Amino acid sequence: MLVCVKRVPTTGGKITLTPDEQEIDTRFSGWTVSPHEECAVEGAVRIVEAHGGTSTVLTLGPAAAEEQLRDALAVGVNDAVLLETDGSEWDPEETARAIAGAVAGLEADRGPFDLLLFGNEAADTADHQVGIRVAHALGRPCVAGAKALELRDGTAVVRREAPDGGWEVVEAPLPAVLTVKEGINLPRYPSVPGRIRAKKKEIHRVAPERTGGRVRKRRLVLPPERKEQAEILGHGPEAAPKVVEVLRSLGLVR
Amino acid sequence: MPELPDEARVVVIGGGIVGNSVAYHLARLGWRDIVLLDKGPFPNPGGSTGHASNFIFLVDHNKEMTKVTLDSVRQYKELGVFTECGGIEVARTPERMEELKRRVASAKSWGVEPVELLTPAQVKDLVPFINEEVILGGFYTPGVGVVDSLRAGTLMREEAERLGALTISPNTEVLGIDVERGRVRRVRTTRGDIRAELVAVCCGVWSPRIARMAGASIPLTPAVHQMIDVGPVARFEETVGEIAFPIVRDVDKNMYERQHGSEFEIGSYAHRPILVEPDEIPSIEEAVLSPTELPFTKEDFDPQMEDALELFPEILGDERVGVKYAINGLIALTPDGMPLVGETPEVKGLWSVAAIWVKEGPGFGRIAAEWMTDGNPEIDPHQSDVSRFYDHQRTKHHIVARCSEGFNKTYGIVHPMEQWSSNRDVRLSPFHARERELGAVFFEAAGWERPFWYASNEPLLEEYGDRVMPREAEWESRWWSPIINAEHLAMRDRVGIVDLSAFAIFDVTGPGALAFMERMCVQPMDVPVGRVVYTPLLNEAGRIKADLTVMRLGEDRFRIVTGGLDGPRDRKWFVDHLPEDGSAQLSDVTSAWCTLGLWGPRARDVLASVTADDVSNAGFPFGTCRPIEIDGVRALASRISYVGELGWELYCPMEQGARLWDVLFEAGQPHGMVPVGIGVYGTTARLEKCYRAYGNELEMEYTLVEAGLARRAVKDAPFLGRDAYLRQRESEPAAILCTLTLDDPTSSSGVKRYMLGREPVLTRDGRPLEDGLGRRSYVTSAGSGPSVGTHIMLAYLPREHAQEGAQLAVEYFGERYPVTVAVVGNRPLFDPENARMKA
Amino acid sequence: MILAYVDHRDGAPDDASLEALTLGRTLAERTGWPLEALVVGRAGRAAAEALGVHGPAVVHVAEGDGLDGPYAPQAWGAALAEAVRAASPKLVLSPGTDRGHETLAHAAAALDLPMVANCVDISPGEPTVVLRQRWGGTVLEEAEADGPTILCSVALHAVQAQPAPAPADPEVRPFAPPVPEEAFRVRVIDRVEPDRGGVSLAEAKVVVGGGRGVGGPEGFRVLEELAGLLGGAVGCSRVVTSAGWRPHAEQIGQTGTRIAPDLYIACGISGATQHMVGCRGAKRLLVVNEDPEAPIIAHADWVVLGDLHEVLPAVVAAVRAATQD
Repeated sequence: MLVCVKRVPTTGGKITLTPDEQEIDTRFSGWTVSPHEECAVEGAVRIVEAHGGTSTVLTLGPAAAEEQLRDALAVGVNDAVLLETDGSEWDPEETARAIAGAVAGLEADRGPFDLLLFGNEAADTADHQVGIRVAHALGRPCVAGAKALELRDGTAVVRREAPDGGWEVVEAPLPAVLTVKEGINLPRYPSVPGRIRAKKKEIHRVAPERTGGRVRKRRLVLPPERKEQAEILGHGPEAAPKVVEVLRSLGLVR
Repeated sequence: MPELPDEARVVVIGGGIVGNSVAYHLARLGWRDIVLLDKGPFPNPGGSTGHASNFIFLVDHNKEMTKVTLDSVRQYKELGVFTECGGIEVARTPERMEELKRRVASAKSWGVEPVELLTPAQVKDLVPFINEEVILGGFYTPGVGVVDSLRAGTLMREEAERLGALTISPNTEVLGIDVERGRVRRVRTTRGDIRAELVAVCCGVWSPRIARMAGASIPLTPAVHQMIDVGPVARFEETVGEIAFPIVRDVDKNMYERQHGSEFEIGSYAHRPILVEPDEIPSIEEAVLSPTELPFTKEDFDPQMEDALELFPEILGDERVGVKYAINGLIALTPDGMPLVGETPEVKGLWSVAAIWVKEGPGFGRIAAEWMTDGNPEIDPHQSDVSRFYDHQRTKHHIVARCSEGFNKTYGIVHPMEQWSSNRDVRLSPFHARERELGAVFFEAAGWERPFWYASNEPLLEEYGDRVMPREAEWESRWWSPIINAEHLAMRDRVGIVDLSAFAIFDVTGPGALAFMERMCVQPMDVPVGRVVYTPLLNEAGRIKADLTVMRLGEDRFRIVTGGLDGPRDRKWFVDHLPEDGSAQLSDVTSAWCTLGLWGPRARDVLASVTADDVSNAGFPFGTCRPIEIDGVRALASRISYVGELGWELYCPMEQGARLWDVLFEAGQPHGMVPVGIGVYGTTARLEKCYRAYGNELEMEYTLVEAGLARRAVKDAPFLGRDAYLRQRESEPAAILCTLTLDDPTSSSGVKRYMLGREPVLTRDGRPLEDGLGRRSYVTSAGSGPSVGTHIMLAYLPREHAQEGAQLAVEYFGERYPVTVAVVGNRPLFDPENARMKA
Repeated sequence: MILAYVDHRDGAPDDASLEALTLGRTLAERTGWPLEALVVGRAGRAAAEALGVHGPAVVHVAEGDGLDGPYAPQAWGAALAEAVRAASPKLVLSPGTDRGHETLAHAAAALDLPMVANCVDISPGEPTVVLRQRWGGTVLEEAEADGPTILCSVALHAVQAQPAPAPADPEVRPFAPPVPEEAFRVRVIDRVEPDRGGVSLAEAKVVVGGGRGVGGPEGFRVLEELAGLLGGAVGCSRVVTSAGWRPHAEQIGQTGTRIAPDLYIACGISGATQHMVGCRGAKRLLVVNEDPEAPIIAHADWVVLGDLHEVLPAVVAAVRAATQD
């Protein structure tokens, strides 16, 4: 198993930008990986628990992204690879090329990965393409948006949402690339022994070659805030008639 | 939300446990028109209360903190939000086991019972999931518990509202505080302006920011305290309620662990100090969790994880137990570790009630409310008084340095004399260079570097041999030297000079000066010019606020000299009472004058050799002061003594101090003069004379009568506390300050041990002494008495035990030592007739 | 030329595709470039006719073995890639749905062209400048992209789908792109029909959502009751699914479902960014919350302040009474 993650700030509060408009202000943020990727990590660990083998976590990012690798190690991933950058943003094409290159390098050393797991899209940039590009670069089949996963006789059987609210069950031969969506599992919390083990593990560092991208960030802007005031319908149960009036105005009750 | 009134008697800013407590107690004391506001929502506006671990250990070596904590527990119980679960401080080292014995002693001194030392097996019985193999024992306090501090706040608000006293206004941010002519006038908020007589800043980590709006400073810094929650813990699934096992403090690792429902919480004070600027705390909107729950920095906590695992392998070694919640919680730290309570010295009507933890919140809320009401809180808060700081102690540099240094001592074994290592050499007397050459060992007081003893006096050790009362045990040899006792003996034999520049000095002048001083002081001030008067100060209720000396320098001119540690508090006390008509003024001349004490049987010989002025007993009697000329330096000489010897305090301008030192030092050589440190001045010589010290013997808890300081006559002139003082004199005191001597310092292992103060006084068979007002007897001061050849202790004893010759005991590190009541009252042990001083 | 990839269900174009097409038409008017559309599968011919009102001059229909059957992402991406190779459009647009993103990404990877996801506006040129969503639209990024063709997905609900002022009769051009065998390695082997008992969250016209304030799984009963009365669906916040109170399928948010109902009734939800991203598409928002300062209130049209466990039963009763009259 190889699972790829990306270090992103934890958000929750109001997002503000740095004065140069290049980043969101992370003074009050911690760092994490996208929720989809947390599930991808959990998925990798569960597969290894069920089927044996090993799992590796990989990220492309600054030295500080070691924290996210150790988070993955803490919940049971076996080893970690850091494609270390200077922290500047890489576009999805160059990111995918770097990861594909690293995967090829790792596979040359230790044999092929059965599955490469990605998040469906990153929480920050949501490019929706890195996993698919890596699959193309490596000539492997790819299933995006996995919300359930089983391995059966050399194939991955995946459930994904269909646009009509139903499910598609798809099958892909291994080795394959999967992009995972939150909901595929409920990720575990790291245990204390897990954290201690993670702390002691060595991180395999690789300097990725930067091949240049074609999408460049110019600046970030915050969308204008809504100005209208909400209408207070009332306090407590006494507001119920007003609520019915609203529902009626929308044609939801007669 | 109700309308915000445009006028209030008091605006309480901050809706954490502190603000709620203040509003509640004000309401109970009859205040109305109270407004409580917070920038966040109730019940959890996002401050430190919201993420507090909410447990309360009862025993602290500090009496004030323990009293406030006990009062808080009483209040939490009254509100029905206290769950008793017990608490154990475990020891991993022999040093800690000794410290735990000291905690038992403190528990007895402050009346916290029961407490018990446990063996590892006994700890295991109470905390079955602990690894008892890594501990040597534990200090168990069954009365430890947890509280629901948010619920307590809600109940307090509800009660104040029920009394019709309180308007609450959540989600209301303070934009400014207007001050007019030194008084707070108005709070400007996002919901409108409120005119107010009083404003209480109960803003925890935000307090400096809010106080600054009014031009005041509240010297604290927000700092990170890391906490994690792990779970689910199988063993806890069966327990009912929030907590069923005692809380464990792994004090040697600066951590605590407690059950929290099905989870286990680990808190740490072991990581590097992580201080945050008050301006850098995120707003409620910006915060990911809450403004005081910052993102967890794992690398800081990592080492503690292994320590916790070692102590609790059953829980933390379980791979199914996950780290579910982890924060860098913000708490408030102060440079000396004590809270910041009281009216700010900068702005009248602006109160600080800050740097207070959940365990003390209701207690300090009550103190602040009582203090606002009539200036007379039941528990003496002088160590928490926000006006205790000098300007240099309010600087960011000092706050950062001391809070960083103090953070990792949160659970430390702190020696009572332990010195700070950061931000030293802040206030240096003009004698400093000379003192350094003499090998002075400097202790700090209020920023002043004061020689505690001088290495240059080491040869005296041989001269005095065993009379220096050498110490064998490491604990009481720490921050101590037998040279102190040698200097003591040399001073008593010959003469010594003492650097007293740390004194705080105020001049009171003007046509109303006499009337003002009469009103402030217990002793008569209408004395002839040139007289020096030692006097206590009382508050309206007759409780002791200060003791100091006053020199009458002219008809309309008085000079007040008080201890360096007490200076800012005493100054505020005087300034607060200055006549409104401006007929008297106070100026702080502390930084203008340095002081040398010259004492000993040869003091007159030395002084006479360098001055043409008449310094004979007739020409310069005891208790008088006047300027004299010493080799070109015009010094104010004051013939008094805190060491019980003939001599003078010599005051001269700072810039001439070095000259004064040189002249006296040279003149003293033929007389065998030695430089003498504060170890003698503050302890050994003082205790031989049974002189009381503010903060040790003198505080609001005891009266002048009990302290043995009631004089035969009470002046006719009205003064603060006079009526109460007269009443105190009419009834028998419940306790009397006595002098005890140590009969035998030998411990069970044959080592001679010497108490350092704060130990419980017991009957010979080990029963604590408690007076009719429920006050325990404890050692208020302790030290060697080299001239009387015994270890001396002062203690208030219940009347029935206050009998000279009574046989009592003092507990020290788990053993009882026999003591005898040598003196009841204030008669000195050494030279009881004061013949030497008046020679 | 601007090529818009249109997704369809049995010949009915989906709303998100029409949003993309609307943006495409705006850009076509701005640049003077022709707007063409691509649908995949023989069934798409029906969609081609429906697209007339949205203005593409030409609708390409990729047909052939494998393309007429169930969705096969890589194959569909290959079909799109082939259309791009053939027509060399300056700009390719796709809907901001899972399928839109996936098809576009396969095409971009196959063509080795840059792809920019979640655009809300595009200025074609050298370079092409786009305004796109980050953080689920909480932050916008102005970016530039180089390439002979730029592939862009149009952020969901960022553009309102509108018919062209003058409906055209587009030319339908079926073609059979060569699709490599390997594109069919991923096969749909089964389908699970949606639960017809309820209304799908993504498509519901009324959504009743619950957050931490609901207090626990049993607290959702009253939300279900209200949703049932209004013919809507129940949703929840991420806190709720993380706590295991409700299934992830009901999560509204950046990593859950993005809803676009006429009315969203949010109960006991504070309004974390992650959640607000998911309900941005709601036309109206009614908030029931105890905290007058909850961030979600800034987005609300109507607010009821109070405990949802008191408010909702009263509302349910009032709705019942109103329907019985």
